[in-house]
Amino acid sequence: MSEFDLEPLQSAIEKYIPLGRSGLLPALHAAQQLYGWLPESVSIAIARSLRIPLADIHGVIEFYSMFTNKPSGKSTIHVCTGLACSLKRADDILAHFRDFRLQYDTPDRGFSGPVPVRRIETSPCLGLCELAPAALVDDQAETLIELDKDQYALGRPISIVYGTVRMLTSNCGNGTTLLAQYGGYSGLQKALTMRPEQVVQEVKASGLVGRGGAAFPTGIKWEGAAQAISKQKYVICNADESEPGTFKDRILLLDDPHRVIEGMCIAAYAIRAGNGIIFLRGEYAYILPVLEQAIEESRAAGYLGGGALDFDIEIRLGAGAYICGEETALFESIEGKRGFPRVKPPFPTTHGLFNLPTVINNVETLCNVPLILRDGALEYRRLGTEKSPGSKLFCLSGDITKPGLYEIPFGLALGELFEMAGGVSNGGSLKAILLGGAAGAFADSSSLHVPLTFEDLRSAGLPLGSGVVMVFDESRDLRKVVAGLGEFFAHESCGKCYPCQMGTQRQKEILNRLATGNPYPADIARLQDIGWTMTDSSLCGLGQTAASAVLSAINLWPGLFGLTEQNGYEPRQPGTDSVRAQKGKTKKPSKSAKTSRRPNRSKRAG
Amino acid sequence: MTITLTIDGKEIVVESGSTLLEAARANGLDIPAICYHEATSPNALCRMCVVEVDGVKLLQPACILEAREGMKVQTRSERVLRARRTILEMLASTMDLSETDSIQEWFKEYGVDVQRFPDARPRRPELMDDNPMYIRDYSKCLLCWRCVQVCAEDAQYTYAINFSGRGYDTQIGTFFEKPIPETTCVLCGQCVGVCPTGALKGKREYLLEHGYTPQEISVMNTGRKKRR
Repeated sequence: MSEFDLEPLQSAIEKYIPLGRSGLLPALHAAQQLYGWLPESVSIAIARSLRIPLADIHGVIEFYSMFTNKPSGKSTIHVCTGLACSLKRADDILAHFRDFRLQYDTPDRGFSGPVPVRRIETSPCLGLCELAPAALVDDQAETLIELDKDQYALGRPISIVYGTVRMLTSNCGNGTTLLAQYGGYSGLQKALTMRPEQVVQEVKASGLVGRGGAAFPTGIKWEGAAQAISKQKYVICNADESEPGTFKDRILLLDDPHRVIEGMCIAAYAIRAGNGIIFLRGEYAYILPVLEQAIEESRAAGYLGGGALDFDIEIRLGAGAYICGEETALFESIEGKRGFPRVKPPFPTTHGLFNLPTVINNVETLCNVPLILRDGALEYRRLGTEKSPGSKLFCLSGDITKPGLYEIPFGLALGELFEMAGGVSNGGSLKAILLGGAAGAFADSSSLHVPLTFEDLRSAGLPLGSGVVMVFDESRDLRKVVAGLGEFFAHESCGKCYPCQMGTQRQKEILNRLATGNPYPADIARLQDIGWTMTDSSLCGLGQTAASAVLSAINLWPGLFGLTEQNGYEPRQPGTDSVRAQKGKTKKPSKSAKTSRRPNRSKRAG
Repeated sequence: MTITLTIDGKEIVVESGSTLLEAARANGLDIPAICYHEATSPNALCRMCVVEVDGVKLLQPACILEAREGMKVQTRSERVLRARRTILEMLASTMDLSETDSIQEWFKEYGVDVQRFPDARPRRPELMDDNPMYIRDYSKCLLCWRCVQVCAEDAQYTYAINFSGRGYDTQIGTFFEKPIPETTCVLCGQCVGVCPTGALKGKREYLLEHGYTPQEISVMNTGRKKRR
């Protein structure tokens, strides 16, 4: 038990002891930094210090993919094998790294066999899609990797910002994040001259809705938390950006941290909250120093840490779990538990973090708030449309000439954005666009006329999601892309509810068969039953959208999957329009679908 | 105070604060449920009890949804039946449910094809026999969480077991997969009592099933030795 010196551990985790169980993830991060992994004796020491049952600590380590209880050195490379990086030879990079960068040593710590000094892991999306292919070396980004170059540079990723307006991105790409450059918190100053209820009214009047994917009206959320009666309330910034294809929050946090902090301050004033937390995804650890410096500056200037506003912010780092972007799973994670989503209701506005009233907003949502307060809701609404006011950030990646972050007012057509980005790269032609990320849906050139607003996309059966626009040219095998989505959801399902726990696994297995051209008859009916069941009956948003892109691909390109109604393909979901892409007439299941449900193992199609 | 709602076209009156599941069962309407147990906190995770509620977009779990005045509920609509059938077919492809009579009956009731998912990777961990009180055969475990709950705040406050893995590969586990005698387990047996599938089973019952006589069992040292 004593092959590890536990002395440095005690001093490293001392400051987390007052947090109790909530200090578990920070303590595990600190311990893994010290030892490279989380051995038994280290886990026991943490359990005793924080007073957490041993079995529970084990459960937490096992849940988060960045923690490991297998012997390992201190260095880890995460090669991104996500959607965008896969288009840029991520597999070759992974193989190359395994050949040339993996290092072993034979340790003297009583282990049998060599232990990797440096581990090579894969990541389902590092949020560096416009800079693909990418990897994370310890906590630094390595982007636009070129295999034939021996030299490589590590650091913070660069920001590429385009678009027709600079509201949210006015400070992005400027190269400085100093408060002096940002100016005062003029939106907050304005808010402080109003009553909290007026601030809520102003945000409601602006028509701002959440930018994390669910598009819930921000003002209504704030109103709920403002009316909840409690001495203690929380404002949480959801910076667990991990929807594949999304990188907007990374750029906002890196280039303009004060705007996020100011947004949180205004939210805190509006709902009378004293505590703020930024939950940053573990893969974005290189943003930590930027945020820490900004918070320090903000304290020194009297905005945070007592002053006109009795509010302060701490940062929590995630540990590799897509599900923690789901708000209740994020609370569980901060509370030091496995990131299982909770049953709703009750909602976070009354029963959030530690069961206290909580407002949780996405980074981009919060960045809109200072603008709304500074200029007023009327001025804010001058951009965009009646039902989708303001501007929106889009993350363009894949086979596009100018990948990057685009800020445009709501209302431009998808095709206009596509042209603005120079169209398909290398003179290719357009095959597909994935909108909204892995949890989104596919579109083809027939959707280029659709205006990018919540209302127009909804009636076209397309999601806006987190603003992902990932482009695929005609050379891409979409069956492989869809199989990648299946892989992703199976990897990220938390395992709590049955439809998603088993459905993501079965979906993955069938999609892999389709991708290799070896489907069984009636595989499509299986995929649809799984997809509709996950959509209709899963506990949280992950399961409810885990089949969305898959079902949309089947609808758009049935021939690609070798599907006809004769082999069990149903063009529409019977009895519901809950799958967005399936909107339209309902239809009873066809007879062929029912009779062909029994698999025939001997007859493989194709 | 009572409220009135409609379930499957039948108007029923229940105490306010009842869940839909309680309301239905009190009126002789059965809704299937796997993870639900009167003695444990509801988690609404098996989703077998989902029902269709008028005006609500997605199916809702009856075990936790509170019955409301005027609610219109369908417990056997086409969508509900498809979800239940698919969940059961996925369960059949995942674990050994041979000892779970209720689920075997549902297989018939919902027209389940237990071979629906060919070439599916099942969960088949090896049986663990590491303590004198009970065996753990997680190839039969359907992750209802009841054992973890009664070991913790729902009953015993022992915290001997939790989870390992994630997603489809989640399994009930101990700290660093230690054998039960090396954990905080006090052999109270509560977990065995709430297990619905025979994944956790009393050691004596298990040995009787495997042809040992009570005499043989009584002289057996079923303690800490590894038996293979």
